[in-house]
Amino acid sequence: MIKDQEFLKDIASLCIENSKKLGATDVGVKVIHSVSENVSFRNKKLDESNRADSFAVNLTTYIEKKKSSINSSDLSKSNLEKLIERCIDATKITPSDENNSLPDKDLMSKEIRDLNLYDETHYSNNKKIEFLKKVEETASTDEKIVNTEAGFTENKNNFILANSNGFLGGYKTSNFSSSCVAVSRINGAMERDYEFGSTRFLQDMMKPEEIGKIAANKAIKKLGPKKIKSEKIGVIFDKRISKGILSTLASAISANAIARGTSFLKDQINSEVFPNSINIIDDPKIEKGLGSQNFDSEGVETNSLKLVENGILKNYLIDTYYGKKLNLKSNGRSGGTTNLYFENGTLSFKDLLNSEKKFLYITETIGHGGNIITGDYSVGASGFMVEDGELTYPVSEITIAGNFKEMFKNITLANDLEMKYSTNAPTLLINQMTVAGK
Amino acid sequence: MSNFFKETDIDTSKAEAIVTETLKNCDDGELYLENHKSESIVLDDNKIKSSTYNSDQGYGFRAVTGEVVAYSHSNDISKESLRKSSENLKDTLKSKKGTYNHEIPKTNSKYYENINPIESKTFDSKIDLLNSVNNYLRSKGSIVNQVTANFLGEHKSIEIIRSDNQVLKDDRPLVRFNVSVVLEKDGKKETGVYGVGGRQSYDDYLKDGSWKDVCDEAFRIANVNLESKPAPAGEMKVVLGPGWPAILIHEAIGHGLEGDFNRKKTSAFHNLMGQQVASEGVTIVDDGTLHQRRGSLTIDDEGTPTENTVLIENGILKNYMQDRLNARLMGTKSTGSGRRESYKHVVLPRMRNTMMLSGKYSQNEMISSVDKGIFAVSFGGGQVDITSGKFVFNCTEAYEINNGKIGSPIKGATLIGDGPSILKEVSLVGNDMKLDPGIGTCGKAGQGVPVGVAQPSILINKMTVGGTKL
Repeated sequence: MIKDQEFLKDIASLCIENSKKLGATDVGVKVIHSVSENVSFRNKKLDESNRADSFAVNLTTYIEKKKSSINSSDLSKSNLEKLIERCIDATKITPSDENNSLPDKDLMSKEIRDLNLYDETHYSNNKKIEFLKKVEETASTDEKIVNTEAGFTENKNNFILANSNGFLGGYKTSNFSSSCVAVSRINGAMERDYEFGSTRFLQDMMKPEEIGKIAANKAIKKLGPKKIKSEKIGVIFDKRISKGILSTLASAISANAIARGTSFLKDQINSEVFPNSINIIDDPKIEKGLGSQNFDSEGVETNSLKLVENGILKNYLIDTYYGKKLNLKSNGRSGGTTNLYFENGTLSFKDLLNSEKKFLYITETIGHGGNIITGDYSVGASGFMVEDGELTYPVSEITIAGNFKEMFKNITLANDLEMKYSTNAPTLLINQMTVAGK
Repeated sequence: MSNFFKETDIDTSKAEAIVTETLKNCDDGELYLENHKSESIVLDDNKIKSSTYNSDQGYGFRAVTGEVVAYSHSNDISKESLRKSSENLKDTLKSKKGTYNHEIPKTNSKYYENINPIESKTFDSKIDLLNSVNNYLRSKGSIVNQVTANFLGEHKSIEIIRSDNQVLKDDRPLVRFNVSVVLEKDGKKETGVYGVGGRQSYDDYLKDGSWKDVCDEAFRIANVNLESKPAPAGEMKVVLGPGWPAILIHEAIGHGLEGDFNRKKTSAFHNLMGQQVASEGVTIVDDGTLHQRRGSLTIDDEGTPTENTVLIENGILKNYMQDRLNARLMGTKSTGSGRRESYKHVVLPRMRNTMMLSGKYSQNEMISSVDKGIFAVSFGGGQVDITSGKFVFNCTEAYEINNGKIGSPIKGATLIGDGPSILKEVSLVGNDMKLDPGIGTCGKAGQGVPVGVAQPSILINKMTVGGTKL
């Protein structure tokens, strides 16, 4: 069972009181309890069951402008007392930094709204097993599928965030996720693909048959890929990876990267960064949202932000520390974005595919080839050729490359946005990227 | 050595009794206890940005029957918690089978000392050194735009209790020191990153001003990149420098030779045992026994002593890397490759220090044999799709080769290749094998573990370079 708020509050109070007693001028603490149960299947047989019950306490103590932190999983009083002492000792000898402080009191979250983030339903391991059997049965109907793996994870979390300015808040969240990986084979060569669902509430989970079928179909479609010639071509990003463009944007407009001068979008606030049809929103208050939250990791109230409006960069993602460096107030983004998405474009998926004679349609990228400082981008990719609006043959062992600054300006969005992850994007086209192949 | 049962309501003999009782009808399993202390001190933007100390302790209780693994972990080491885990495991594994009687060999070797690197250097002296790094790099001129430096140190004690009442212990120090510098010239910004580390104290890597060498190398890489031109796009010859570029070996074939993927037949290598998978002259080993190296282990996380496993000998595939589970199911023995990130994670077969051994050619011979290609000296990270065999890695320092001569530096680009065929494209193996500086972390199934790599310079006949210039 997940521990209640009172249990976590007691530990948070102990940390704050003891730190103060030992000389801390300010204290911030987070206490977390999580229980996670996972069952996985392989080739229609139980493969692994895993239960995790874990606590964590993250404590930061300040002595004026000096700061130090400790993390521990052991909540026993004797251990916490020892660690708090160690934390205070380290704080005393850490050099001061004028930007170190707790968030401004008037920015703190005042009330906790029920965003429908917790489903107390417990899905027993036997039910998970029934679910996974169905996933794998549907995934393995085609004889080209030679291996299937499926998993179901249930997470329950509770936390308390508190600081010595009197802030104290926390709430329960839950998460159910299920996935299927299918391996297909033809003439000795194999391909792998997957499908994945993640929800706050059990009742919203995709049907097992759907998960299995999608994973298998995708793996079969990838069989017999060709390597294409190097060329400049329009590249369409499937929804599974188009959200990566937003993650890059989020890193590049974090106050951290801006203040340190290590972002290709430095000094671009209020400038046109995307085509003027594009709006990008980060909304923490979506009911049941996977990225929803009442306040950020410092307790600062979070509200919906238009990061990009009509193509113009309107907001950075600001926490307290780097906000001070930039002379800006925190907008509740310590810990990053919440539910981040592109507003839908106007073209249907089909119209996007038909907007030119030939495209490269990418379903997967590998490697970490994005450079936030220069904006240079180069990753391994696989997907399909699109000719006259049809996916004609699978493609692999190629790279796609460009620079984010130009890529952002050449984006066309489809209108097929779905809220499946915490960061979501519709299918999108980037005109003229360099593809390296043969 | 940690005493895990101090201040608990249980002792070693009671824990052994629970383990024996829980696992009596299982093929394998163990109780794994871990105490982990770590620190991170970061200097960034002229300031000590953070100092963090982590303390974590817990157990992972595993029962294995056939192919099925049941796992339960908790940070509460108590009788009640162990009992609950035990019930959980017995619930999952109801079938009866004989025990897996593969005894764990004894070892007297130790590949590192039991020191706690966090305590063996004072906090003050760490702060002082970080400030010296900042001052030293910033004194190189106004082109220095940003300096980040950090200490990462840890000490991990583990204890494994098996159902035959065998208790195995290990204490593992690990440090890493990293410097990253951003240079700005004529509106162009580039980064250089360099680090050192291994299973010794910080000072073993930083003494006598050798920290300056780390700074100089980061500065040099950033400086080279300031002059870089767009990288070419397409298939061409690639010369890899010695040392860290061996992450090519790690990604291209290392993962594909881990036991689990081959037992499950999802690796592109699963039907290639005994066959020619690399050019003659290519020998690759995975060695856990090198002294003080980042990827070395005295015993693995199942208690098996590590060894030097020959993966490919003169081009022929000889062995996979095995943990106990996959070894048992494949009818072979563990190679001491069973590893886990922490007590929260299940054991998987993993790499340790993966190395291609030296051949006979000089790097000059390789470069002068290339009409058009690239010379890649340093890399960021890499990734592989085990099933299709396609792998990538990102250059962080590379040059054009034109008519046998090294030309301009080129921008960071991703290189992509096919694991099972890439080693057949290795036409020359250098005589200059070098170990990496001790900075690698390998990710698999969400678990990160420290690893090492090594290789000589090599010439690859054909690889796709993912630049922007056609």
